[in-house]
Amino acid sequence: MAKAKAHGFQLFLPLSVLAILILINLIKGADYFSLSIINGALYGNIPNILFGASELVILSIGMTLVTSSSGGQDISVGVAAAITSSVFVKVLLSAGGITWMTILAAFLASCLIGLVIGAFNGALVAIFNVQPMVATLILFTAGRSVAFLIDGRLSPILANDLTGQLGSVIPGVPIQTPIILTVIFIALFAVLLKTTNLKLYSESVGTNQKAARLNGIDPIRIKFLTYMILGVCTAVAGFIAVTKAGRHDSVNLLKFVEMDAILAVAIGGNALGGGKFSITGSIIGAYTIEVLNRTLLRLEVDTETIKAFKAVFIIILMVIASPVVRAYASKGMKWLRARLGVAVPIQASAGAGAESGISAKKEE
Amino acid sequence: MRGICKSFPGVKALSDVSFTLRKGEVHALMGENGAGKSTLIKVMTGVYEKDAGQIAVDGKPIHFRSPQDAQEFGVGTVYQEITLCPNLSVAENMFIGRGRYAFVNWKSMKDKAARLLASLGIPARPTQQLSSCSLAIQQMIAIARAIDMDCKILILDEPTSSLDEDEVQKLFSLMRQLKEQGVGIVFVTHFLDQVYEISDRITVLRNGEYIGEYDASTLPQFELVSKMMGKALDDVSQIKKHEIAARDSRVPVFEATGLSSAAGVKPFDFAIRKGEVNGFTGLLGSGRSESARAIYAADKVTGGEVKMNGKKVRIGEPMHAMKLGIGYLPEDRKGDGIIADLSVRDNIILALQVLKGFFKPFSRKQAETFADEYIKALNIKTASTSTPIKSLSGGNQQKVILARWLLTNPEYLILDEPTRGIDVGTKVEIQKLVLKLAEDGVSVTFISSEIEEMLRTCSRLIVMKDRAIVGELSGENLTERDVMHVIAGGGE
Repeated sequence: MAKAKAHGFQLFLPLSVLAILILINLIKGADYFSLSIINGALYGNIPNILFGASELVILSIGMTLVTSSSGGQDISVGVAAAITSSVFVKVLLSAGGITWMTILAAFLASCLIGLVIGAFNGALVAIFNVQPMVATLILFTAGRSVAFLIDGRLSPILANDLTGQLGSVIPGVPIQTPIILTVIFIALFAVLLKTTNLKLYSESVGTNQKAARLNGIDPIRIKFLTYMILGVCTAVAGFIAVTKAGRHDSVNLLKFVEMDAILAVAIGGNALGGGKFSITGSIIGAYTIEVLNRTLLRLEVDTETIKAFKAVFIIILMVIASPVVRAYASKGMKWLRARLGVAVPIQASAGAGAESGISAKKEE
Repeated sequence: MRGICKSFPGVKALSDVSFTLRKGEVHALMGENGAGKSTLIKVMTGVYEKDAGQIAVDGKPIHFRSPQDAQEFGVGTVYQEITLCPNLSVAENMFIGRGRYAFVNWKSMKDKAARLLASLGIPARPTQQLSSCSLAIQQMIAIARAIDMDCKILILDEPTSSLDEDEVQKLFSLMRQLKEQGVGIVFVTHFLDQVYEISDRITVLRNGEYIGEYDASTLPQFELVSKMMGKALDDVSQIKKHEIAARDSRVPVFEATGLSSAAGVKPFDFAIRKGEVNGFTGLLGSGRSESARAIYAADKVTGGEVKMNGKKVRIGEPMHAMKLGIGYLPEDRKGDGIIADLSVRDNIILALQVLKGFFKPFSRKQAETFADEYIKALNIKTASTSTPIKSLSGGNQQKVILARWLLTNPEYLILDEPTRGIDVGTKVEIQKLVLKLAEDGVSVTFISSEIEEMLRTCSRLIVMKDRAIVGELSGENLTERDVMHVIAGGGE
């Protein structure tokens, strides 16, 4: 139960933010949850959010892992996805015909490149002890040019039904394909965490590397492994992004997604300094960011100014989540409880209950 | 300083301690771990406020409110860990944080630094980056910095612990030079020989109490050791340790020859038999922990041969040792032992889980069963198995680490300071546990800075000094007196 409680507290922030955003949307228009069926598939605000956030969710999962093990972030994930997807397109277009088999082969090739990129970053971080952000800055700087070269200085187009279906809807399936792919990915990841000690090892290394080593865990191997896994995540995200777009734009594909991925990890209540982590938190964080983007659009904020509004929102969020405010909040709650407890006992429990609705909800 | 008292919540760190430093002398401040040396120094330098007593310089009472206060008055301190900036130049390090102006005259700074270095005979150039100097030189530069601030009193806290012999000599000649200039030097160290080489007088503290002030020339080394450790010799209430000779198999469980490690411990031989409890003893810094770490390959092993149950094996990293059935409870509980953020449950199962393998995680239920079993067996006080270990008290954290190793069912268990910083009740529990383990056939190496505790649990003591084994005691020779004799180099 205590575990559920601790976990609950970590998830409180992203969940409540999500709730507030949805509330804002409902105030703006009560039809927020409405769904419509076009050509046999579901559309509407919620499916659009799930659709739009696919890549971010997948990247933030990998980002959570490297954050946990190495106490740092990979800022090259967007660029890495541009490279892996350029390889995907290159292999696919040079394969002759486009069939499910060649798509699979091209995807596996892009995963291989993802592993190579992960190994490169992982080696710098784990073996050479370079700060993760500095290590991944190398690829961040050079990566899009590499993708551009792989593309043959062009912006190749995927004009065919099959990749089009992967990026939108497969006939007869009522849910958009990227959403399904994301769910499959999350499920596979859940299996990975269930059948291995990845979580325990990564958290141990991230919390206390020296102690982890004395208990037989090889910190270098674990850090390296998490970067490899992130490499695969970038390949999957790149695959989804390029099939959605229908063409490979090495300059703009998943531009600035790395910052959103890091933000998702933070909103998910994970310490960016490493150690304990919650994948669920990061996933919720990623969807929250997407909801935020779309809410701002829905509120008809100028596209040019949207980033500024987003920044303000994030500042508020981070300050609320900071340990300083948390400490004040718990102090204030105690004071309030003591105060009301003496004066009007009945109201006190009601008042405290309302404000500590969080903790109450958790215990259910 | 007279009648200094200092209390922390729950502990009386200093009670009625006096300390007198004369002009132009080197005065050694001695005491075992937790004796109150650091606290006294911190009161001297204004880091802590004293609760009672008074400090006077040249007969005039003074009161330091902050380290800056003390520094301006002429009390310079050089700590064990070098507190300079390795990326800056030597000259910058000497003058940093002292200017009252935003602008710096680089040229004059360089000249001044060069003059100072030359006058003290420190072989370093002002423009050199600090990190390119050896540790000894860095240490001297820190001293030079203090001297340039016109210090009358220089406090050196364990300045020699990371230096080799040549470097120590260089440092000593600098100290002698300063002494002649009339600077009073407080010298804190754990190396007895060094104390006698350089000090004029010695003040001994023990458990926060003032034991006495002595002339170095008239106090034999043996007496100094006994004063530091305290004489609890007439403590007849010792639990008599078991005799294991009866079921002693002749083949040692673990045997090492010429083992040495990167942590600087000199090659040593060591063996332990089945069901035996032995221990490394010696003062802090004698190499007792480093030896244990070398056995477990916690530090990089640089040479030697090890045998487990008579068979030659290689222990190159902790995992090898674990696979051979060796467990190791590290001295630094916080830094090397606990995984602070993880739950008590995860901390308990960690070693066994790692032994079992990456692809074979215990089910939550199995992990709970293990955790519950040991929480009960060792009487660990925790709210639940999911409580983060960092919110437990020190003693309970230690028991969790013990549980971690007991769970692996080790053949040989190394316990380095398992009772440090924990209350008396838990201490006794742990000692009993060690004896019980030995009865069950587990070999245990027990290390503690409390000599009584080791005498109570160990049937053989290996005495260390200056990172080498200087003697071995067992049977009738196993008394505090003998241990002190060997440490002091008196032999038998």
